[in-house]
Amino acid sequence: MSSAGLSGSTVEPRWILPSRGRVGMVALIAAESAIFTIFVVAYIFYVGKSLSGPLPRDVLTIPIFNSICLLSSSLTIYLAVRALRNAKIGLFGFWWFVTLALGMIFLIGTGREWHRLIFDDGLTVSTNLFGTTYYSLVGLHAFHVTFGLLVIAIVMTFTLLGKVRSEYSERLDVFSMYWHFVDAVWVVVFTVVYVIGR
Amino acid sequence: MAADSFAINPAGVSTRPISERLHDWVVTVDHKKLGILYIVYALGFLMIGGIEATLMRIQLMVPNNHFVSPEVFNRLFTMHGTTMIFFVAMPILFGFGTYLIPLMIGTRDMAFPRLNALSFWLTAFGGLLLYFSVIGGNGLYGAGNAPDVGWFAYAPLTSRPFSLGHSTDFWTLGLLVSGVGSIGTAVNFITTILCMRCPGMTLGKMPLLAWLNLVMAGMVILAVSPLTAAQIMLCVDRYLGGHFFDTQAGGSAVLWMHFFWIFGHPEVYVLIIPAFAFASEIIPVFSRKPIFGYPVMVAATVCIGFVSLSVWAHHMFTVGMSSYANSFFTITTMAVGVPTGIKIFNWIGTMWGGKIEFKAPMLFCIGFLFQFLIAGLTGIMMAASPFDWQLGNSYFVVAHFHYVIVGGILFTLFGAFYYWFPKMSGRMYSETLAKWHFWLFLIGFHLTFDFMHVPGMLGMPRRIYTYEPGRGWEIWNLIVTVGVLFQIAGVLAFVGNLLWSLAKGEVAGNDPWDAWTLEWSTTSPPPEYNFARIPVVESRRPLWDIKHPEDPDWKYE
Repeated sequence: MSSAGLSGSTVEPRWILPSRGRVGMVALIAAESAIFTIFVVAYIFYVGKSLSGPLPRDVLTIPIFNSICLLSSSLTIYLAVRALRNAKIGLFGFWWFVTLALGMIFLIGTGREWHRLIFDDGLTVSTNLFGTTYYSLVGLHAFHVTFGLLVIAIVMTFTLLGKVRSEYSERLDVFSMYWHFVDAVWVVVFTVVYVIGR
Repeated sequence: MAADSFAINPAGVSTRPISERLHDWVVTVDHKKLGILYIVYALGFLMIGGIEATLMRIQLMVPNNHFVSPEVFNRLFTMHGTTMIFFVAMPILFGFGTYLIPLMIGTRDMAFPRLNALSFWLTAFGGLLLYFSVIGGNGLYGAGNAPDVGWFAYAPLTSRPFSLGHSTDFWTLGLLVSGVGSIGTAVNFITTILCMRCPGMTLGKMPLLAWLNLVMAGMVILAVSPLTAAQIMLCVDRYLGGHFFDTQAGGSAVLWMHFFWIFGHPEVYVLIIPAFAFASEIIPVFSRKPIFGYPVMVAATVCIGFVSLSVWAHHMFTVGMSSYANSFFTITTMAVGVPTGIKIFNWIGTMWGGKIEFKAPMLFCIGFLFQFLIAGLTGIMMAASPFDWQLGNSYFVVAHFHYVIVGGILFTLFGAFYYWFPKMSGRMYSETLAKWHFWLFLIGFHLTFDFMHVPGMLGMPRRIYTYEPGRGWEIWNLIVTVGVLFQIAGVLAFVGNLLWSLAKGEVAGNDPWDAWTLEWSTTSPPPEYNFARIPVVESRRPLWDIKHPEDPDWKYE
C-alpha cells in the first residue's frame, strides 16, 4: 500500500488547529510557573527563620515606582502589538520603545535596591536565610526581565532598521504573552516579598 | 520489494563520504533522526548503568566481600540511579515519542524542529557532564570523583563540608542541563500533539500513544521544573554560600526532600505512562482487536497525571511527618492505584476473546502486565505508612521500584523496540533471537527482583556496601546476583539481534504487523517528509478503514 493511498471520502472543508506559538508559549509559561512556585514556597517557608539580621522589615522598602513601571509596560506592549497588527509601524515603534524604557527603569531600580542592600545594609546571599531566598527569588525574576528586555531590544533594533512589518505581529503577540507572564510573576513576588514577608 | 530496498539505501546517501553522513546526524532537525539519536544515546548509557549495577551485585554476592571499596560502592549506586533515570529511561522514552508522534498523528515533523534538536543535545551534554565528573570531579581539593551522594542527593550530604571537590556540582549541573532539555521536549510534544494533527484527527481519534505522551509531557512540565528550581537552589548554596538546605543557618534538609520528591514521584509516572502507551499500541495489534475502552483509558491516564502530583511525600514517611501528612499521602498513593487498575483491566479486556499472536512485542507486553501488577501491589503495601516505617529504606523498596522500572518500563520498551524496529530500520528482527531474549531476561528478572524482596523483609538496608554472614541474607543475595547473569545474556541476545538484523534482516515492508495506525502507511524507514500527501483520517484506526472499506471503523465510533 502506498502512502498516497490514504484519503478520506468526506473531507471536512476546514481543519483549524490552535496556533503553535501560543500553545508552545503557554506550555513554557506553565513550566516557568512551576519553577517560580518552588522559589516562592521556599521564600514563604523561610520567612522569619533567619538566625541573624538584617531582617526584611529593617532593610526593605516597597518599590512602588518600580512596580508601576513594570506593570504599565504590560499595557504598552499590548498597545505596541495592536499598532503593529494595524500596520502602524511608527506607533508600534513608539510603544515598543516605551516598553523597553519601562523595563529598563525596573531593572535599574532593582540594581539600585541591591546596591543599597549589599553596600549599606550588608545583606548578601550568604548573610542569612532572608538574603539567600530574597536574592534568589527577586534575582530569578530579574533574570526573566533581563531576557525579555534582550528580546525587546533586538526587536527595537530591527524596528529602527525598518525591518519590522505587520505580518510579524503574531510572533510579537506570542512574545508579549511572556512579558505579561513576567509582570504577573512580579505581582506574586511583590506580594510575597514586600507585603507578606515584611 | 524493489521500492523497499531502495528506501533502505537511498542512492544519494551511500555514495557520500562518511564524514558528511555523520555531519548530517549532528546538524539534523528531523524528528526521526533525533529520535534515533535519543535511543542510541540512551542505549549507550544503558550499558554503562548496567555495568555499574553488575559491579554492585558482584560486591553484594557474598558477605564480607571486598570487590569494591565502600567509597566506590557509594559512587556506583549514585551513578547507577542517576544514569538509569535521567540518561536512559527519559531519553529513550523521549526518543520513541519524538520518532513516533509526528508519524502517528500524520504530520511531517515536530512543531519546533530546532527546539527538538536543542533538547536532544542538552540532554546529551547533561549526560556527558555527569560522567565528566570522573575526570574533573577532583577539582582543587583532591577529594571525591564521581558523585557519591545518592541519586536523590539528600542534604546535608550535598553541602560543601560533606562533599568537597566538584563531583556534586557535576551531578547538579548535569541534571539542570538535561532538565532544561526535558522541558523543551515536553513543550514540543504538547505543541505538536495539539497543533499538528492531520485533518480529521480530533482528540478523540488520536492514537493512545499520542494521548499518553500528551499527559506525560504535561507532567514533565509540572514535575521536572521543580527539580530544575531545586538544582538552582543547590547551586546557590554551593557556589554563592546560600543557606537553602544548610541546617547550620536555619535552612531545612527536609525542604530538599520535598522539592526532590515533588519531582521524583511524578517522574515515575512520566516514565511509566509512555510504557503504558507502548502497551496500548502493541496489545491491540497482536490481539487483533481494537483497544478496549479507549475513552476510559484516556480518562484514567489524565486521572493518574493529576493524582500522581499529590503523592510525593510517601517517599518521606520515615523522616517523621505529622500524622495528617502521613494519612493524606497514604490515601492519595492508594488512590492512584485505582486508575492504574482500570488500565490493567482494559488491556486484559483487549486481549479477551482476541486472536492473540505471541510475537516478541506481545510477549514483552504480557510480561509487563503481570510484573506491573505485582509492582503495583508492593506499591500499595508501601503506601501504608506504618508498613513503610518497617520496610522503608530496605531492599524491599529497591525490589519494588526495580519491579516497576525493569519489570514494567523496560519490558514494554523491549516490546516497543521489536514492534517499531521494522519501521525504523526497514528490516525485520530475528524472532528466534527475540524469544531467547524474552525468556532469558524474564528468568533473570524474576531471579533478581523476586528474591530481592526477601532480604529486605529480613532487614537488609539499601545502600550498604557489604554485610556480615549469619543474618540469613547470604542465599538471597547470591540468587539475586545469579539472576543478573541471565539478564546480561538476555541483553546480549537483544543487542546481537539488533546488529544482525540491521545488516542481514529480512526486508520488512511498510506494514509487517498488519497494524492500524498511520506510521505503518508510509515506507520503512519513512522518507524525510514522512508522507507524500498529508493523510486524512476518519477513525482511530485509519489503516483498518483503508484495508476494510466494506466495514470501516468510523461507522461505529
